[in-house]
Amino acid sequence: MMEVLIFATLNGLVTGLLLFMLASGLTLIFSMMGVLNFAHASFYMLGAYFAYSISLYTGFWPALIFAPILVGALGALVERYGLRRVHKSGHVAELVFTFGLAFLIEEAVQFFWGRATKSYRSPDILDFPLFTLFGQNFPAYKAFMIFISIGIFIGLYFVLTRTRIGIIIQAAITHPNTVANLGHNVPLIFMGAFGVGSGLAGLAGVIAGPVLTTFPGMATVLGSIVFVIVVIGGLGSLAGALVASLLIGLLQSYAIASNVGMPDLLNLLGVSFERDHPLNDIWRLTLPQIAPIMPFLLLVIVLIFRPSGLFGKRES
Amino acid sequence: MRKAIIWILFAIVLIVLPLIFDSILSISIFNQMCIAIVFALSYNMLLGQGGMLSFGHAVYFGLGGFMAVHALMKIEYEEMYFSVTFIPLIGGVFGLLAAAFIGSFSTHKAGTVFAMISLGVGELIAASSLILVSFFGGEAGVSGDRTYGPTFFGYDFAQDIQVYYFAAAWMFVATFFMYLFTRTPAGRMANAVRDNAERAEFIGYSARRVRFISFMMAGFFAGIAGGLFAMNYEILTEENLNAATSGRVLLMAYIGGLGFFIGPIVGAVVLTLINSLLSNYTDLWLLYLGIMFLLTVMFLPRGLTGFLMMHTVPWQLGKLRTLAIPYTLTAIPSAVFLLSILAMLEMGHSMDSDFSFFGVALNPASYGSWIGLIIISSAAFFALRLTLPRLRSAWAEANTLPAVVSETVTTEGQQ
Repeated sequence: MMEVLIFATLNGLVTGLLLFMLASGLTLIFSMMGVLNFAHASFYMLGAYFAYSISLYTGFWPALIFAPILVGALGALVERYGLRRVHKSGHVAELVFTFGLAFLIEEAVQFFWGRATKSYRSPDILDFPLFTLFGQNFPAYKAFMIFISIGIFIGLYFVLTRTRIGIIIQAAITHPNTVANLGHNVPLIFMGAFGVGSGLAGLAGVIAGPVLTTFPGMATVLGSIVFVIVVIGGLGSLAGALVASLLIGLLQSYAIASNVGMPDLLNLLGVSFERDHPLNDIWRLTLPQIAPIMPFLLLVIVLIFRPSGLFGKRES
Repeated sequence: MRKAIIWILFAIVLIVLPLIFDSILSISIFNQMCIAIVFALSYNMLLGQGGMLSFGHAVYFGLGGFMAVHALMKIEYEEMYFSVTFIPLIGGVFGLLAAAFIGSFSTHKAGTVFAMISLGVGELIAASSLILVSFFGGEAGVSGDRTYGPTFFGYDFAQDIQVYYFAAAWMFVATFFMYLFTRTPAGRMANAVRDNAERAEFIGYSARRVRFISFMMAGFFAGIAGGLFAMNYEILTEENLNAATSGRVLLMAYIGGLGFFIGPIVGAVVLTLINSLLSNYTDLWLLYLGIMFLLTVMFLPRGLTGFLMMHTVPWQLGKLRTLAIPYTLTAIPSAVFLLSILAMLEMGHSMDSDFSFFGVALNPASYGSWIGLIIISSAAFFALRLTLPRLRSAWAEANTLPAVVSETVTTEGQQ
């Protein structure tokens, strides 16, 4: 029991921190432009694919640096030539644009890399068990993932609160006109923030690709969950995104690791049902079965009772 | 009077269409169009008329469809006894009930909150449909048979053409009622709440209630579309209520044009054609669809219908002819540009040594084909940019009232 709990916690932490790398960029972009970027997870997917292609020639480590930069540049271009043009048609158009972009990127990935799963592997250096607990190995690569994610969080927090550029960004979020009057190029700041956000998503893709497999559906798998996190955490709140990412990562991990379900609950209550009862499916549900829908359940509940999210201030 | 003529013409077109295009393929495309039109129009009740961006509209389509298939099965096992002609109504009622339940908490707010709830609910139902096997049938879905039950004026739905007339009739009626809805106070208030919810509240309407009514109506008609789908395909799977289907209906409504009643109809027809015809010619049709969608959002924010409607002013001024030459001048390099890009995409995809594009032999393995295409496409792109200023000034000219004409108008008025 103990080892299940520890490993579920560790795995939940890995997933949660990975989700946070996506969510942090998404929430940053939202607070600047007020648009939820549907294509954010697509940049994550592009990160994994770019890293795969680069690593074929140079190995993992250069890919870790160059793939996120490429993705970030692509993100900046999308902002400059796509979003900015659509901006004048209103928020719905922007949302729909990013939605279409996500669709297009998925098709483009299939065009360039094919439908099959790519054998993108973690580097050999990190291919050893870090420690063994109760006879189970914890791979060093997962520790590396945790390390990178925490590093990103600290770095982002430091840049946003302790540096000049971070202060300008924060000011541009709340008072774009004043910042522009002070002589800063606000559109350029937005473009840069969009690029950095996309690059972070790309970085998440680079390090997640080997673990979560690199295939054309990887954006869809994670995309809606990242959305859920940003909304639950409160749109525009970095701290909320961290808490919600860890919450969802741990929740899913525990649900998958557990093997309790409705039958146990019914046994406990002393109720029994015939096998051919019309609601048979519900009486036989188990937690691992409903693990994938838990984030969405949480989303709907949070939105009904607290539409601004756990840490959100902004009513949209 | 003019409107009545339009509706009568619409009905005549629907009746005559399968007599002209009578192949099995075209009948099946028409059936898909009928379903898509009802679905896209119901979506437009939300987004176009009510200002509610939904990413989970397939839920009501799918739930209505599943219920319709279950009703078909009940008829087959003689637990219920009525003509299958009324199956879409069952889908509609179930869609309405589902929308009433979900709308009761999701219509508090429009905007991002609504969009997110619809996304969450959509994912929730799509994922649960794989778990609740007895109703949704799991991966395999549920299937029925439309040929049981009493016949309806000799209709037993054994042939596709019967299904077409059935679907067309339902589509016509549904379209008519959706049009009527836009004319009711509820439909008018939906527009008001979309444009400014605060003002609507000040004149005494609850924005939430108005949204709720639109939402339920949209659910009802989406359910009818689902019922039509159930009758046409006799099978429903998880795919019919997942995010991909929700995305497709958004595409239809948006490409067609949200601001016009006819917009989603145009979008449904165009996308169904692309879906069923283009997919025969190329594997990359989804890629093209994505590109087309993005270009529409970027350059034609009001959709295809909006693009056509932009020409009403030049047309009324009688200056449509002056646009012909600038349009042609822009269209030629645009077409060359698009074709060369298409050729490159197809060539990159096929990697076949005897590849040909519209009869032009190209070799993906040789640099010559690639460099040639790149030169052609960039030349066409620069030519395209050169023509744009002329098009812009011609457009501006065609939209301004000439001084001479306005004078004659005033003198005529004085007489």
